[in-house]
Amino acid sequence: MTDLPQAPASRRVDRAGVVIAAALAALAAVLVWDSRQLATTTMYGMGPEVMPVVIAIGLGLLAIGNLVDALRGNLPERESADPKAVWLILGGLAMLIAIIGLGGGFILATSALFVTTSAAFGRRAILIDTAIALVMTTLIYLAFDRLLTLSLPTGPLERLL
Amino acid sequence: METFAALAHGMAVAVQPMNLLYALIGVFLGTAVGVLPGIGPALTVALLLPVTYKLDPGGSLIMFAGIYYGGMYGGSTTAILINTPGESASMATALEGNKMAKAGRGGPALATSAIGSFVAGTIATIGLAFLAPWLVDFAVRFGPEDYFALMCVAFVTVSATFGDSPIRGLTSLFIGLTLGLVGIDKLTGQARLAFGIPELLDGVEVTTLAVGLFALGEALHVASRRHHTEEKIEPVRGSLWMTKEDWKRSWKPWLRGTMFGFPIGALPAGGAEIPTFLSYSTEKRLTKHPEEFGKGAIEGVAGPEAANNASAAGTLVPLLTLGLPTSATAAMMLAGFQQYGLNPGPLLFAERPDLVWGLIASLFIANVMLLVLNLPLVGLWVKLLAIPQPWLYAGILVFATMGTIAAKPSVVELSMLAAFGVLGFLMRRFDFPIAPVVVGLILGPIAESQLRRALAISLGDPLVLLQSPMSATLLGIALIALLAPFVMKGLGRFRASED
Repeated sequence: MTDLPQAPASRRVDRAGVVIAAALAALAAVLVWDSRQLATTTMYGMGPEVMPVVIAIGLGLLAIGNLVDALRGNLPERESADPKAVWLILGGLAMLIAIIGLGGGFILATSALFVTTSAAFGRRAILIDTAIALVMTTLIYLAFDRLLTLSLPTGPLERLL
Repeated sequence: METFAALAHGMAVAVQPMNLLYALIGVFLGTAVGVLPGIGPALTVALLLPVTYKLDPGGSLIMFAGIYYGGMYGGSTTAILINTPGESASMATALEGNKMAKAGRGGPALATSAIGSFVAGTIATIGLAFLAPWLVDFAVRFGPEDYFALMCVAFVTVSATFGDSPIRGLTSLFIGLTLGLVGIDKLTGQARLAFGIPELLDGVEVTTLAVGLFALGEALHVASRRHHTEEKIEPVRGSLWMTKEDWKRSWKPWLRGTMFGFPIGALPAGGAEIPTFLSYSTEKRLTKHPEEFGKGAIEGVAGPEAANNASAAGTLVPLLTLGLPTSATAAMMLAGFQQYGLNPGPLLFAERPDLVWGLIASLFIANVMLLVLNLPLVGLWVKLLAIPQPWLYAGILVFATMGTIAAKPSVVELSMLAAFGVLGFLMRRFDFPIAPVVVGLILGPIAESQLRRALAISLGDPLVLLQSPMSATLLGIALIALLAPFVMKGLGRFRASED
């Protein structure tokens, strides 16, 4: 299982590629472990424990294939990434989940995500963006709650409406 | 001639006022979202699925079909006006289309792509209407082992055969297959990979996966490399209309593009990229104006656009007749059917002809609507492109999370959405194709149940897979398709379609 022999492989080992291969192998191990917990009850044919093992074997082979690619430095070139932007969006998602989980409601939760995402794309006018976000999400809430009668989670702001 | 009767009946369903309205909403939303850079029809359907589950199935499916066609029109507008195609199938269009826009011929470029899409879409939908009953007659004789083998072919062609790297494509597929295992096993009631978390017993929602991978993953990816790219919108200058010369140079590429697009889309090979690039290179070879290629030749827009639309209609052939999705968008359409407890396939043609033929008939209507709507509204679409990037992506993420919040406002479900977003980001960063994950999740459990049914009927004898000539042939094709990219170079030139 090797990749297409392309341009002369650079000798550098791609560390991220090794991590990907290790993650695939770990996933395969989880599948096998989980399938052991299942009771085999099927008389004929295959029970529920067979497919996970088949997929685990596939993942194991692919882990080896990815490892070979990584060791040969065969992965495609990557451009530099801006970690701050990624963490800002992920922070926004974490805030969204926390606000929904704690009963803060739809408007506050999605507004938090809007502002952090906008900041991740380089905006610095946080107050203006917050105002835009609150107005937009309130309108969405009203549209969905009143017109489509879909229940979105309510918090302190939604109860005022 | 039963096709004509069925189609006429379908037309009667499609022209009901409510269904016309659904089709209109579909093409409008599809185009609007398709215009937005980096967003394709698969995501649009995924975003709308949780919102539409209360609507009537016929109407929603007609709307999804409108979104499907509209998304492609929108994608080509973006490809022509800013050189960032929203979907890989528009890449060939961007080559000449953007050059035409830069030369002040954006109007004719948009026109030839819209009219070409209409011509191709109409011919291909006729093809769909005539091919479907024939395939259905054929497919009713399929046993479970034949279906399993057919799905193996789809798995391999979607992930390995035409991608950049078969290893990375198959890795994506197996991640999707793993996600498909999560939840209660339908035959024995045992929970797999649920780890005692009650929310996981129902399995992974296709919409959560698709929205995470496509919307969140794309936003994270674009944000992380914002400092690399600068987008420039070409204003539409001059006349929108095509000259007599433009028409003369466009009509043959439209027809040739359709000939490439429909058959390749209808094969369970997936991806509109192969026909679009085949059409591009054919037009480049046949043109009487070779000097214009690379500087904005209208043939290079007309052909690939027709191929793109024809292949989209082609993709509906295996989806409707066999229940086999061969692209991410088709997978989302299948999820739309499943939401209403409907399973596309030969049985659906027998049980709900009104629904299937209504859907096919509404494709014709959607095509006409797109032609009528799009050229006059091109100014509106250009305004959508002018939304500042921070607000655009912030808004996209609000709508993306809203679907999940409305369907299942639980911390577990939202955390899964975020995790799939990170997965989508990493896959884009390390160049793993996204579509095979979605196809694996939705098709994996179906393939497993077909295989288990086949083995239960044969009392556990695995040779049943080779005793049916159909199944043996298909498995052979799957094996060849799996090994071919390792043996032959060059197939990798056509990257697997992401949308």
